[in-house]
Amino acid sequence: MESDFYTLHDFMVYTKGVVYYLIIAILIGFLGFWSFLTARDDD
Amino acid sequence: MSHDAAHSKPVMSPMTVIAGIILIVGLFVTVRRFTGGLAATTNLSDYTPWGLWIGFDLLVGVALAAGGFVTSAAVYIFGMKKFHSAVRPAILTGFLGYALVVFALHYDVGRPWRLPYPFLVQSGTTSILFEVGACVALYLTVLLIEFTPAPLEWLGFKKARNIVVKLTLALTILGVILSTLHQSSLGALFLIAPSKLHPLWYSGYIPIYFFVSAIIAGLSMVIFEGSLTHKHFADKMDEAHLKEKEDVVLGFGKAASFVLAGYFVIKIIGLAVDNEWRYLATGYGAWYLVELLGFIALPCFLYAVGVREKNLNLIQWTSGLAVLGIVVNRLNISLIAFNYHLPADERYFPHWMEFAISIFIVTLGVLVFRFVVTRMPVLYEHPDYEAH
Amino acid sequence: MSISRRKFLGWIGAAGMSATLAKPARAAGAKHFEGYPDTDGVLFDAVKCIGCRRCEAGCNKVNDLPEPEQPFDDLTVLEKTRRTHADTYTVVNKYEVARQKSPLYRKIQCNHCLEPACASACFVRAFTKTETGAVVYDASVCVGCRYCMIACPFEIPTYEYDKALTPRIMKCTMCYPRIKEGLLPGCVEACPTEALTFGKRKDLIKIARERIYRHPDRYEDHIYGEHEMGGTNWLYLSPVPFSRLGMREDLGTTSAPELTAGALGAVPMVVGLWPVLLTGIYAMNKRKEKIARQEQEAAVSSAVSETEARARDNLDKAMEKARADKEKSVETAVKKALEEAAREAETKDSEEES
Repeated sequence: MESDFYTLHDFMVYTKGVVYYLIIAILIGFLGFWSFLTARDDD
Repeated sequence: MSHDAAHSKPVMSPMTVIAGIILIVGLFVTVRRFTGGLAATTNLSDYTPWGLWIGFDLLVGVALAAGGFVTSAAVYIFGMKKFHSAVRPAILTGFLGYALVVFALHYDVGRPWRLPYPFLVQSGTTSILFEVGACVALYLTVLLIEFTPAPLEWLGFKKARNIVVKLTLALTILGVILSTLHQSSLGALFLIAPSKLHPLWYSGYIPIYFFVSAIIAGLSMVIFEGSLTHKHFADKMDEAHLKEKEDVVLGFGKAASFVLAGYFVIKIIGLAVDNEWRYLATGYGAWYLVELLGFIALPCFLYAVGVREKNLNLIQWTSGLAVLGIVVNRLNISLIAFNYHLPADERYFPHWMEFAISIFIVTLGVLVFRFVVTRMPVLYEHPDYEAH
Repeated sequence: MSISRRKFLGWIGAAGMSATLAKPARAAGAKHFEGYPDTDGVLFDAVKCIGCRRCEAGCNKVNDLPEPEQPFDDLTVLEKTRRTHADTYTVVNKYEVARQKSPLYRKIQCNHCLEPACASACFVRAFTKTETGAVVYDASVCVGCRYCMIACPFEIPTYEYDKALTPRIMKCTMCYPRIKEGLLPGCVEACPTEALTFGKRKDLIKIARERIYRHPDRYEDHIYGEHEMGGTNWLYLSPVPFSRLGMREDLGTTSAPELTAGALGAVPMVVGLWPVLLTGIYAMNKRKEKIARQEQEAAVSSAVSETEARARDNLDKAMEKARADKEKSVETAVKKALEEAAREAETKDSEEES
């Protein structure tokens, strides 16, 4: 894994790219999870 | 309703003439920019690639448009319902501010039609600018959706309006996240250039400084702009708006004072952490102290006095000082303390056409704001949709 | 809830252990990148440069750049300090340094950083650090934001400011296409002295060390570019401190991506935690409001029932009084009637008697 990247720059292009996709998933996930968490609240 | 303010008020006519001249000059420079390039319209150089259009139009513009997220967070997340009447004008200013920032960028970048490239063609995820771009684009969309209830009420689309209102909380939280990220990242843009930005302004904390000062800018702009709209559009305001105005000025003034205190403290900590005291005795140090004492400590104190004595006038004047302080800070970082190492003859001073475009864009903003508040329910609640 | 505390801690420990045992510990901060192996570079030696500007001419030719106003053999150009421009990828400047017999010269061009600031700053990845060490630029995606120019510590990238709609960033490519063909970079090929040496970067460092070792009197003990901004593929030797040759010695050794890594790392933390924090604050406020509302309702209803009770009480009292009054009046009426009746009877009796 480590040897796939020769430079810190290339490593960061890859990891930050993954993180940006995760961010989108996180935002949608939170919305879903909050509605699951509060679906049976009284009000 | 369609043709009032401009025609019925003869007071506006000299202003209209000035606005007209600004627009004509702006259009002329626009043509120059897109035929002769930046060389024909700016004093930018290979040493100074970012000038007034980035320093003022982008950095100052985004900071001053922070009122939208600050106000909506205060009302919808922190539950300060008594500021409700301030939300719509703040969101409108925020939206116009961001829209104009994006508009201004079209002048500055080389190939404006490629602005979506980072997201559609090839992403430079290591760039702070990528993050700024993504957040600004998304936040502009969020602000647009947040503002839609006003035009929808104006046009009478009840169903669509109610759907948007239901999304308020989610949009507000998303707005705060995006604002946190891009406001701080505008400062983080300069992290990559420690050798070019004067050590007094360069700090590892610069993203935090930008975020905190954006909150100050947002709070102060709401007060500042509120005093202006109150002067010129009082006839458009409803009972609630007029009644809550005092609460808003006092509440936001108090918040701004305390945030300024925090900002002052972390600026001092920044000096201590990087051991930069010795620079204070230099010319740049004197200018730094002017910013620190005149544009941070002073408005902090004046706001506090204004709040204690319930002196609305003082708070409103102080908001102008605080806003000016943000302008000074952003210009210091992008222009004045940037490239401090260059000899004087290589330093940058904006071309008059750069000023012309910046003034042109601010004028456009004011005109659109006036168009909207004289028509849509921004400064008053629409009778069909009270108290949501 | 059957998991014991000890068991739970044990799991955490095990997770930590297995993570450390699986492969040599590599925390993000400890990650280390050596760069592409065997990259090319150029060693510039200020001791050997004679300021002839032939490298400028060579660069101009191989890159098909526009002809300059003054020809390359006109050395009066050197009287002014110059920099790279959109039509000049490389420039030689003259420096008069005290206690040096003759003026010194220094060549400027892209240093081809090991971790390029331009590449790190570019939001469309228009810059690539290639396997040869050359940093190349792709105009087909460039938006023209000029952040690369802000980022570059050596102030190398330039911009075609006079182009209205198709401006490009212009900078030295280390003659990447020529290197790929096995040719020398244009400037190196044109150099009449040994001021420019092309080779593998690691070999150039050895050559430079050797020169310093052999002639400690002639060279500063510093290879500029070995560590500056994380290291560059161009390396420099000088007889005087590099700042005398207009080179900055305060750049530090931190590479550009490291400078922004912290700020970028904070982004997902904000996205991960802000929703939790903000929704939490919202929920607390909502709860507070709900409790306030309930309390208010309770207060109102108790107030209502109290008033009701008091009202009923009053009513009862009034009724009682009314009843009492009524009884009293009935009593008096009866009494009166009886008295009257008695009186009537008396008069009747007396009438009958008389």
